[in-house]
Order: sequence, then structure tokens, then C-alpha cells
Amino acid sequence: MPAKVSDTYSIRSDADVVAARQAVRARAVELRFSLVDQTKIVTAASELARNTLVYGGGGSMRIEVVERPPRTGLRMVFEDSGPGIADVEQALRDGYTSGGGLGLGLGGSRRLLDEMEIVSAAGQGTRITGTKWK
Amino acid sequence: MERIPILKMGRVLLVTIQVDMHDRLALALQDDLTTRIAATGARGVLIDISSLDVVDSFIGRVLANIAAMSRVLDAQTVVVGMQPAVAITLVELGLSLPGVRTALNVERGMELLRAALVEEEEEYDAAGEEDAGEGE
Repeated sequence: MPAKVSDTYSIRSDADVVAARQAVRARAVELRFSLVDQTKIVTAASELARNTLVYGGGGSMRIEVVERPPRTGLRMVFEDSGPGIADVEQALRDGYTSGGGLGLGLGGSRRLLDEMEIVSAAGQGTRITGTKWK
Repeated sequence: MERIPILKMGRVLLVTIQVDMHDRLALALQDDLTTRIAATGARGVLIDISSLDVVDSFIGRVLANIAAMSRVLDAQTVVVGMQPAVAITLVELGLSLPGVRTALNVERGMELLRAALVEEEEEYDAAGEEDAGEGE
């Protein structure tokens, strides 16, 4: 499934997290997602971008427009080369946090999106791929 | 650094968030508001978030913190104007803003604060009369 459009954004500061969610919003509007779905996608983007910054020590976000006819999807790929997640199942549980957060970021994002995949291991960095289908 | 302005209207502090807040800006608002409550003796805080099209777990936590801190400083917080799409998303995210009073718009939020303050004063007056009665 080739990506039609692909843009990459650096996530190294608070301002980059804001820029990332604005870029995701622009793409979601362009793809004519409903207002509620736009809000869900952007909120998930904000959570995942913050995780990349805070837990991953910074990294990048790629936005892709993907096709699975007849459906079009917006996909976000967050990558960092931080310490990684030792136990992905535990990290997805609500209330679990290794930092000072509420522990809603990963589990909450998975609920807001249609698909979410986490590839990570301790010391190996993290790649999170989230997709919302229209 | 950029700051969110805080207006004082009588005994109420009024904040209208009109920018897409980054995390440090949200934390600065939390600090500024608690400082202003203590400095002015404000009894109510009204936060208008009708311009916000995203409230994620971080901003949600800041709103809950502001409500909790103001309560400790003897002021009540009302968050008003949440967009429906934001409300749906927040609940699905797993955040129901416990301890945060909400109202549909600024007008209703002000009514809520006014009513709460009047009620408090009446209770205070009633308690005062009782004390006076006992003294006779």
C-alpha cells in the first residue's frame, strides 16, 4: 500500500509539538474528515508527538495519506531513538506512566485512532504508527 | 515569554485562551493564575476555552490543576465554552476532568460563579447571626 503523500516534521521542542498537530489538522481538513474525527486525529497526534519529545528525547513525525480502496486514510509515524519501551502492553494501559504524565497518551491515542502499531524494545528507540480511516 | 492575559472583573479572574498553547505556556498560565488569585483575593476563576480546537491530556491536566489549586486558595473555577468535538474526544481519551466545573458559555459560567458566591455569603451571614444569638 504505497503512500500518496508524505511529509516529515522534526519534533525537538514544545513549539514543534504545536506545529506537528497543526500540520496534521491541515491534512485532516484536506481529506475532509468530519470535525469530530479531525479533533480525534489531532489530539492523538498531540499525545504521540509529546511522547516522542518527552520520553524519546525528540524525533520525527511523518504524515502519509494512504489508500485502501475504497477508503483513504491519514497515517502518522512517530520515530525516536530514545530508550524505547520495555513492555508495550504495560505502556498501553491507562494510568501507567514512566514520567510525570497522566498515563493516558498511548492508550488514549489508540482509542482515538483506528489502528495503532508500536515497534520498540529497550535501548532500541520507538516507532509508533497510527492510522485513521475515512 | 508569551503569556495568556488574565483580566480581573470584580471578584472574578477571567481568562480567554485564544492560541494553540504549547506545554510551557499552559504551565505558565497555571502559575500566573495561582499567583493572581493569592494577590487579588479573587473568589472565582472563569476560563473560556471556546477557541481551543484541541484539549489533550496535558491541557486537561492543567485545567484540573488550576481548579484544584484555586479551590485550595478559596476560589472556584469554571471552564466554559468547550467545543462538542473536543468534549467527545476528551472523554474517549479517558479524561473526564474530575473536579472541574463547566458551563456552556461565559454568561452561564458567570451566573454559576455569582450564585455560588452569594450562597456562600448567605451561609456566612447565617452563621454570624447564630453566633450573635448565642452571645445574648
